[in-house]
Amino acid sequence: MTKVTMTVNGKTVSGEVKGNTLLTEFLREDLRLTGTHVGCDTSQCGACVVHVNGEAVKSCTMFAAEADGAEVKTIEGMANADGSLSVIQQAFQDYHGLQCGFCTPGMVMSAAALLKENPKPSEAEVRDYLEGNICRCTGYHNIVRAIMAASGQDVPAVAAE
Amino acid sequence: MPKDHGIGASPKRREDVRFLTGAGNYTDDINVHGQAYVHFLRSDMAHGKINGIDTSAAEGMPGVVRIFTGKDFEGVGGLPCGWQVTDKNGDPMKEPPHPVLAQGKVRHVGDPIAAVVADSLEQARTAAEAIVLDIEELPAVVDMAKALQPGATKVHDDLSDNLCYDWQFGTDTETTDAAFKNAAHVTTLELVNNRLVANPMEPRVAVGEYSRARDEHTLYTTSQNPHVIRLLMGAFVLGIPEHKLRVVAPDVGGGFGTKIFHYAEEAFCTFAAKACNRPVKWTATRSEAFMSDAHGRDHVTKIELALDKDNNFIGIRTDTLANMGAYLSTFASSVPTWLHGTLMAGNYKTPAVQVNVKAVFTNTVPVDAYRGAGRPEATFQLERVIDKAARELGVDPIALRRQNFITQFPYATPVAVEYDTGDYEATMAKMEELMDIGGFAARRKASEAKGMLRGLGVNCFIEACGIAPSNLVGQLGARAGLYDAATVRVNATGSISVMVGAHSHGQGHETVFPQVVAEMLGIDESMIDIVHGDTSKIPFGMGTYGSRSLAVCGSAMVRATEKIINKAKKIAGHLLEASDSDIELKDGKFTVAGTDKSVAWGDVTLAAYVPHNYPLEDIEPGLEETAFYDPANFTYPAGAYACEVEVDPETGKVTIEKFVSADDFGNVVNPMIVEGQVHGGIAQGIGQALLENCAYDENGQLLSASYMDYAMPRADDLPHMANYVVDHSCQTPCTHNPLGVKGCGEAGAIGSPPTVVNAVIDALHSGGHTHVSHIDMPVSPSRVWAAINGQ
Repeated sequence: MTKVTMTVNGKTVSGEVKGNTLLTEFLREDLRLTGTHVGCDTSQCGACVVHVNGEAVKSCTMFAAEADGAEVKTIEGMANADGSLSVIQQAFQDYHGLQCGFCTPGMVMSAAALLKENPKPSEAEVRDYLEGNICRCTGYHNIVRAIMAASGQDVPAVAAE
Repeated sequence: MPKDHGIGASPKRREDVRFLTGAGNYTDDINVHGQAYVHFLRSDMAHGKINGIDTSAAEGMPGVVRIFTGKDFEGVGGLPCGWQVTDKNGDPMKEPPHPVLAQGKVRHVGDPIAAVVADSLEQARTAAEAIVLDIEELPAVVDMAKALQPGATKVHDDLSDNLCYDWQFGTDTETTDAAFKNAAHVTTLELVNNRLVANPMEPRVAVGEYSRARDEHTLYTTSQNPHVIRLLMGAFVLGIPEHKLRVVAPDVGGGFGTKIFHYAEEAFCTFAAKACNRPVKWTATRSEAFMSDAHGRDHVTKIELALDKDNNFIGIRTDTLANMGAYLSTFASSVPTWLHGTLMAGNYKTPAVQVNVKAVFTNTVPVDAYRGAGRPEATFQLERVIDKAARELGVDPIALRRQNFITQFPYATPVAVEYDTGDYEATMAKMEELMDIGGFAARRKASEAKGMLRGLGVNCFIEACGIAPSNLVGQLGARAGLYDAATVRVNATGSISVMVGAHSHGQGHETVFPQVVAEMLGIDESMIDIVHGDTSKIPFGMGTYGSRSLAVCGSAMVRATEKIINKAKKIAGHLLEASDSDIELKDGKFTVAGTDKSVAWGDVTLAAYVPHNYPLEDIEPGLEETAFYDPANFTYPAGAYACEVEVDPETGKVTIEKFVSADDFGNVVNPMIVEGQVHGGIAQGIGQALLENCAYDENGQLLSASYMDYAMPRADDLPHMANYVVDHSCQTPCTHNPLGVKGCGEAGAIGSPPTVVNAVIDALHSGGHTHVSHIDMPVSPSRVWAAINGQ
C-alpha cells in the first residue's frame, strides 16, 4: 500500500492505495465521487475522463499513485461556486445534449479540454475530438450543438452552412 | 408560436442537473454497508460437458465468503421465457431449462459456471482463478443452417434437435402460392440481419440485500422494468412472495431493450445475499457485457415480392432463420414472430403476406429484443426487396412505393394487425421536400468530380408500438399482461407526486410526464414530481420498452388525472355551493360556469386533507387516484427516410452526406425529446448498417468482445448538422389513446438501416457496378470493395 495525496476539485485529499489501484477506483470508491463513470475496459468509451494538471485524461488508464501530487478535477468540480451550471454544462442542458447521462461527465470534461485548446472549433473538429467519447443515446447531434454553442458560435448558422 | 409549457412544449430537462454535476444515482454508485462482491467464472468454450468443478483451493483464499455453482441452484427455478409461441403444427415451442448457474453443460462463451463471493472484487477474481474446471469440450453449433441439419450436435440434449419452433403466419400457402404463380414479376433477395450488441454505456449491475430481521429482500438492478423482474424472479425463480421482495431500478444508463430481461446475475445476487447473510454486489465489465447481455437481431432471411404487370404488390413471402442463442431469454420467442411477422405488410396494400420463421438454438449468447425488436428486421427485408424490384423493373423507387401505399384506414393487414390511422403520402412528400430530391443530380455530379460515387437511398417504414392489448397478446402466447399504471397523489398544499410504472433510462419522463398533468390541471409543471423505478413506491407497470411509455403509462396517468379532476370538482362544488356538473377547471382555478365564483387549486387540495367543510356523506377525504390502462391496440408510427452517401470506389469507405427522416408519431408532447430519440435511433441504425457486427468464429468463440473489435458509432460517423434533418410535423393522432400519441423511441433504428444500404447500392450502380444487387450489413469498406471487385 502506498499513500497518495492530491487535490481533487480544489480540496486536498489523501488515501492509501495499492500499486494497481486505478484513478477511477480511487475517485469512485475511496473519495465517493461517483460522477466519474466506467463504461468499458479498453480505454475507449471516455465516460471516465477527468482533468489531471489541466489535461483531459482517461482515469481508467491511470493509476491513482501516478496522480500523487497532482491537481485533479472531476465532473463534481465543474459547476460554479454558487452551484449554478458552468457554460458548458448549461449548454448541454439547453441543447438536450444528454439522455441517460452516463457518458455525460466524460463528454463535459472532454468538451472543456477541447475548448481550452481550441476555443472556436469547427463542427468537424468537435466531432473528431470526440472520437474518444462514445454515446449510445443521443447520436451526438445535440452534443455537437451544445459544444458549438458553449464556444460562443452561432449554432443555427453552422447548421445552415 | 411554440409553447413554453404543457403539451407541445420543450422545457429543459430536470434530470440534466444531476447528470451534469455527477450527482446521478446509478446502480454502481450504490454501496451497501458490509457488502461483498461477486465475480462470475464464465465459460471460455462455446460448448462443453461439465465433469467437475473443484473449488477446494479457492475456498480457503483470502477474503472468500462463499463459492456457488450450479449445484446450489438445483432447488431453484430457472430463468423463464415470458412468451410461449405455438408452432405451425399447434405444438408449443421447445423450452429447455435455463439455470442461474450452468448445470451439466456450458452452452456459450460467457455461460456462468461458478460465482465467487468475497470481501473485495480483487479477492473474488483471484480466488476464481484457483477454481479447477474439468469441462470436456463438445463441438459447437454456431451457424443456424448447420444447427438444423440432421445429426447436428444438440445444444440441449433433451430436445430432439436445435429447432425451438417452426412458425408460419399470415396468408395461407395456397393463396400465397397462387399470387406468386400469377405474378408478372417476382423479386427475390437473401439477406442477413446482423447480430448486434446493444451496448448501453452503463454496464449491468446488481446489488442484492436481505434483512433477516424483516425477512425481506431488496434488489437494486439496472432494469427497464423493476416490477417485471420482481414478478419473474420472485414467482418463477426464487420463490419469494412479492410483498417480501423490493426491486429498485435507480438511474439507469441506457437500456435499448437489453435491460428488460431477467438475468442470472439478478437472481444470483438476490439469492446469495440471503445465503451469505451479506449484501452482494456485481458490476459487469464491458467484456463481460458482450458475453452476458442479450444480443439483438441475427436473422437470415429469404424474401420474395410478387408484382402484377402494373407493378402492384400482390404477394410477399418470407423465410427466416432466427437465432435464439443457447437459451431462451425473457421475450426472445416473441421477437421474430409477433413483433416481426405482424409488420411484414409494411406500408403497402399487398393482399397476400406469408411469414415463415424457424427459431434455432446455437452455442451463442441468448438473443432477444433490441431497439425495434423485430420491426427493424421486417422493415429491412421489405424495403430492400422493394428497392431491388424497382431496379429490376426500371421504375423509380419512390413511385413504386407510392402506388402501393395503404390509403384507407383503419386497414386490416393480412398479418393480424389493424393500422388505426396513417398518412404515408404525407411523410413521403415531406421527405422529398426536406431532402431536395430534385437537387440530387447536381450533388451527384459534384461528388463524381471528386472521384466519389454518390447514391440516394429512400425507404418507408411502419412499426407497432405501445405494446400491447393484454388479451390479444395473451391469445398469442404472452404470459404477462401489457397494461401500465399511474397513481396521482395530490398533497394537501397542492403539489403532486405521480407514481408511474414506466421507467426512464434516458427518455426524460421526469420532465415530460408533468407536462401532461400540468396541462390537464392548469397548474405549473414545477408542482408535479414523477416517482419511478421502485416497486415499493409505484403501482404495477410493465416498464419501458417498445415505445410504450407515453402511449400506455401516459394514458394511465391521464385516466388517473381525470379521476382527480372529477373528485376535485365535487369538492369545489361543495365549497362553492354549486353542483359539480357546473364546475369548470381552467388554469388551476375552479369556477361556477357563467359566474365569477371561484376557488383555487390549493383551496380544494387543502380541503381534501382537512375536510372540515366537505361533503363527507358523498365522498371520502384525500385526493389520490390510480388508473391501470390496457391499450386497445398497438400504435403505428410510420415514416419515410432518405439518405445520400458517398462511396470511395478505391477503398470502399462509405460516408453519410445527407440524412432526412420524416416521421409520423401522432401527437407530440415534447418535441425536443422526440428529436433526441430519433437522433439516437438513427445513430444505432447507421451503426448497424455500416459499423457494428457481433461476430463468432466457427468454434463459437466470440470475436467481438470489446470496443477494440466492435465498432460503435462515434461523432464523426454521423452526418453534419447542415445535412441532417429529423422531422415529425406530419401527425395523424392515434385514434385509441387519450393523448393521441404513437411513441417515437425506436423509429430511428427501424427506418434507417435500409436507407443506408439502398443508398450504397445506388452509388455502386451509378459507377457501373450493376452486378452488385445487395451487400449484407455492416456495409464495411472491405465488403464494398469486395463487391465492386466481384469478390
